Amino acid sequence: MNMYQENILDHYKHPRNKGKIEGADFQHREPNPLCGDVVEVYVQMDGGKVADVKWEGAGCAISQASASILFESLVGKTETELRKLNTEGVLTLLQTSVNPARLKCATLGLVALQKALK
Amino acid sequence: MFDVEKIRKDFPILSRKIHGKPLVYLDSAATSQKPLSVIEATDKYYREYNANVHRGIYAISEEATAAYEGAREKVRVFINAQSVEEIIFTRNATESINLVRFTWGKQFIGKGDVILISEMEHHSNIVPWQLLAKEVGAELLYIPINTETGRLDQNAYKKLLGRKPKLVGIVHMSNALGTLNPVQEVVRLAHEAGAVVIVDGCQSVPHMPVDVRDLDADFFAFSGHKMLGPSGIGVLYGKKRVLETMEPFLGGGDMIKEVTKEGAIWNDLPYKFEAGTPNVAGAIGLGAAIDYLKDVGMKNIWAHEQEMAKYTLKKLQAISSVLIIGPREAVDRGAVISFALQGAHPHDMASIFDDAGISIRAGHLCAQPALAVHGVDAVARASFYLYNTKEEADRFLKTVQKVKKIFGS
Repeated sequence: MNMYQENILDHYKHPRNKGKIEGADFQHREPNPLCGDVVEVYVQMDGGKVADVKWEGAGCAISQASASILFESLVGKTETELRKLNTEGVLTLLQTSVNPARLKCATLGLVALQKALK
Repeated sequence: MFDVEKIRKDFPILSRKIHGKPLVYLDSAATSQKPLSVIEATDKYYREYNANVHRGIYAISEEATAAYEGAREKVRVFINAQSVEEIIFTRNATESINLVRFTWGKQFIGKGDVILISEMEHHSNIVPWQLLAKEVGAELLYIPINTETGRLDQNAYKKLLGRKPKLVGIVHMSNALGTLNPVQEVVRLAHEAGAVVIVDGCQSVPHMPVDVRDLDADFFAFSGHKMLGPSGIGVLYGKKRVLETMEPFLGGGDMIKEVTKEGAIWNDLPYKFEAGTPNVAGAIGLGAAIDYLKDVGMKNIWAHEQEMAKYTLKKLQAISSVLIIGPREAVDRGAVISFALQGAHPHDMASIFDDAGISIRAGHLCAQPALAVHGVDAVARASFYLYNTKEEADRFLKTVQKVKKIFGS
């Protein structure tokens, strides 16, 4: 099984930056109605750049690890850079092959972020 | 003689390879695979006598009508209904239940009335009643599950009957827990309390002998696609004297005797509830499925599945960190086995199973309340049918071990 690489399992078992930010600049809770997985993201900006990201969530290894990996990479990015993030970018970050049936899981964090920016 | 290897040869899909491995199909509770005889029966209709039913004064229409009505008779015999007037073809069990909601339900359930269903219902026997209750101001109550045993709390049921429900809705065999409910007893008590009873038979009719007259339910719903038949065909059985009190469901062709600009006179049972051109090919396919099931024998199928449940449950429970959701012993339960594995999310499990060529279900199983009372929001589920073998169960069990290894459960 290629999908469950060490970094995925590591982030699943030890997710980074879990928590909340009160009064965050961007915030959104995104559930996946198909499976009940959920990711809620909080982004704090400072001087036009991401100063802090926290998130909460529950679900499968793919959705939770990809959220953890994606959000960890956001600090220091500008809002414009955040808006440019796409599925391809997330898959590159994950360094694993995600089979098509699980693409929605892998992009749950991304969708949460995109909706937070709206 | 029940010969699983011979049976397997009748199902073309079972020779498929998935990711280079022989397909192990363990999701028959979601939908069953189809034997060649069913595929050929629907194919033959389209190739040789495709015509609308109940209309044409020509040979192929008569053949189509005879085949469609012949399928209805096969269904009647299969569940031992008294008359074909009691067999209504629908799209699936969901539509069957909604038919009752929009007809009997709207006529006989009003403000302040009580509808009683169980916590282990499939969403198809919950949501229609939630909608009806909201619409007419009725109260929807639930018979609790004893989460220790995975069975209905009978004492609570008896108490709830004191609320004099107008309708009791109960699943014959749970798609989430595998529990086989004592429906005969549930119906008897409901009738004593003056309630009408609707039974969801989706998981019982495909797997065991079912006699609707023995069960004595007023309504009994099931789907064709879970019993080797095509998708898009389902059945609502209703007692004739109850059906006779009901206004039509959908209006249109075939459900009327005569139409004037002022109004219409309804057709006789069961056509009154079958508006529009029905799923002729679906009904014919369902008839072929029933022929197949009868040929193997429902008692034999049930015995085989009991054996599969016993074998798999025992070995699955022996794996540490596995939690069975539902009855843990192979008594009064089907071969629908839901489980959780510590540290591994069901969707991740399903992906690893898929990689091994094994199709299992993962998620809320369209029975969220049943899982919620067990304190879980998703499970993995393996469900067995007449074509599954112990070798397949072994491959399944081996893959559980693999999941355990990956996630360090």
